[in-house]
Amino acid sequence: MSKKLKAAIIGPGNIGTDLLIKAMRSDWIEPVWMVGIEDSAGIKRAQEFGIKVTTGGVQGLTPFIVEDDIKIVFDATSAYAHEINSKAVNEKGAMMIDLTPAAIGPYCVPPVNLLALLSEGRKENVNMVTCAGQATIPMIAAVSRIQSVEYGEIVATVSSESAGPGTRKNVDEFTRTTKDAIEKVGGAKEGKAIVVFNPASPPLIMRDTIHCLTRETPDQKAITESIHQMMADVQKYVPGYTLKNGPVFEGNRVSVSFEVEGLGDFLPKFAGNLDIMTAAALRTAEMYAEAIYNGDISA
Amino acid sequence: MNLKDKKITLHDMTLRDGMHAKRHQISLHHMVDIASGLDDAGVPIIEVTHGDGLGGASVNYGFPAHSDEEYFNAVVPEMKNAKVSALLVPGIGTLDHLKMAADCGVKTIRVATHCTEADVAQQHIGLSSKLGLDTVGFLMMAHMTSAEDLLIQAKLMASYGANCIYCTDSAGYMLPDDVTERITLLRSGLHAEVELGFHGHHNLGLGVANSMAAVEAGANRIDASAAGLGAGAGNTPLEVFAAVLDRMSANHGVDIFRLMDVAEELVVPMMDSPIRLDRDSLVLGYAGVYSSFLLFARRAGEKYGVPSHEILLEMARLKAIGGQEDLIEDVAMDMARQVNQ
Repeated sequence: MSKKLKAAIIGPGNIGTDLLIKAMRSDWIEPVWMVGIEDSAGIKRAQEFGIKVTTGGVQGLTPFIVEDDIKIVFDATSAYAHEINSKAVNEKGAMMIDLTPAAIGPYCVPPVNLLALLSEGRKENVNMVTCAGQATIPMIAAVSRIQSVEYGEIVATVSSESAGPGTRKNVDEFTRTTKDAIEKVGGAKEGKAIVVFNPASPPLIMRDTIHCLTRETPDQKAITESIHQMMADVQKYVPGYTLKNGPVFEGNRVSVSFEVEGLGDFLPKFAGNLDIMTAAALRTAEMYAEAIYNGDISA
Repeated sequence: MNLKDKKITLHDMTLRDGMHAKRHQISLHHMVDIASGLDDAGVPIIEVTHGDGLGGASVNYGFPAHSDEEYFNAVVPEMKNAKVSALLVPGIGTLDHLKMAADCGVKTIRVATHCTEADVAQQHIGLSSKLGLDTVGFLMMAHMTSAEDLLIQAKLMASYGANCIYCTDSAGYMLPDDVTERITLLRSGLHAEVELGFHGHHNLGLGVANSMAAVEAGANRIDASAAGLGAGAGNTPLEVFAAVLDRMSANHGVDIFRLMDVAEELVVPMMDSPIRLDRDSLVLGYAGVYSSFLLFARRAGEKYGVPSHEILLEMARLKAIGGQEDLIEDVAMDMARQVNQ
């Protein structure tokens, strides 16, 4: 049998298309379907790549999930549409990887908790938090695995051009989901997320600052090592994840700043915030595929 | 310039923008004393919030002496006539903060976005308006976009439910003609029932002149701060602007001598350092930098041994906008590295 797991993507917009291009390179995932709700540039592009398409929404896909042996479906639509999509896909036996802020399933930030999720066996649905979460929670976790973090705060600055209407209309959802995952996945006792949309032209590369307040005086050497190790883990799937400054230690504060440059597959390179989402989602799918292939979990 | 009989609503900033200059450490007792003094002087709206708005308590912007809720609960019940307002910056503050403020008796919510990003405020303006609150759309760093673009953004905010739109000169960069151009276009492009406001900073010494220009062009709400207490070289000084309005026979509704008393006897003695137009704040106004970066640049400059005004110039070059305080330490570290190489 081929080791590749067959997949579908719902949402042929910028994120879905970028994800498709990344998935076509994957050793573990074979994208088969692109699902939209109308004829669009994204649907046409997928067709040109030789991918099967439907404009019938999730209902257009479901009859083929079993027939085409689709095991993983990515949802790159909106939180609003996600619940229905997820249910329809799960009923046909495929797993859902959620790139919307719906957060029905457990949060997944690959270098932090993907192995732990895998050890729990098959999941119906995992959620990729937010772009800011993917870019910053690894660093909160890098500190909290060394010592107790009383408070974790992140400031994400993204170019206005890279923030789609869904994000802009639902900023609160974005900050709330990120804050929640800083606590649940990052391991901070209390979390706070701040997002800034900067309209500068040319657009700026995504920039993230992560502040942790530790309970005890920070162990500078151990934390610095942990941060560099975590950075290397993120760079495995986002090579443009770059330490700008830090860690800075001041009292119990540990601060570090990053820039996230995307691969520029379909999205422009400055939109590292979107790239880190698609890369993390694919990484998650690949790890599930590998675990299934190795017989660690059932398909 | 003729401002005779123009009706102007003065909106006090001492206890919100002034929080920047006080590193958000104003005591409850000072809050209540100053707010009561302003109330007695006839100031109709007084803003009380963390300098960066509801939910601004953070490593990034500074932890305040008290929570927004504690400040509201101390100030609101003491007001005889004045209403209390709160600032909310989407991306920092949330709908939950807004509801809390409304529950505490806040009557005006000012939803602030960068001048080109009005659409991130839809939820917050919508909720405030739905709650029946006086709802203001506050377009910050308004010098960074054209008058035409500002009108487009203002129309978005009005369409979400804002009954008043502000042209906010967060950097104190605008010249009177810049204010006139923007307010004039906003006035002609928005429905007559939408009020217009102007928020100035004194970084080029133009807080009063710009506010006069705004009134002449059709703004009726003006932000000002007792003794100018605010970010950068401070806000338009309230007692000064009120005195000017009085000389011009404008309808301002305040007791200017009582305002002078508040400024002189309560606010000036509380200042950590005098609010004045020094080199750093002049650079803010000259280069168009967000005023609350001032103290952050000073601290970072001291810590990393680089001149604070050069940090601020670099922030301008990077086109940093309100909220990007986290970039300041980065810039200082980068500059220190270059010096060492």
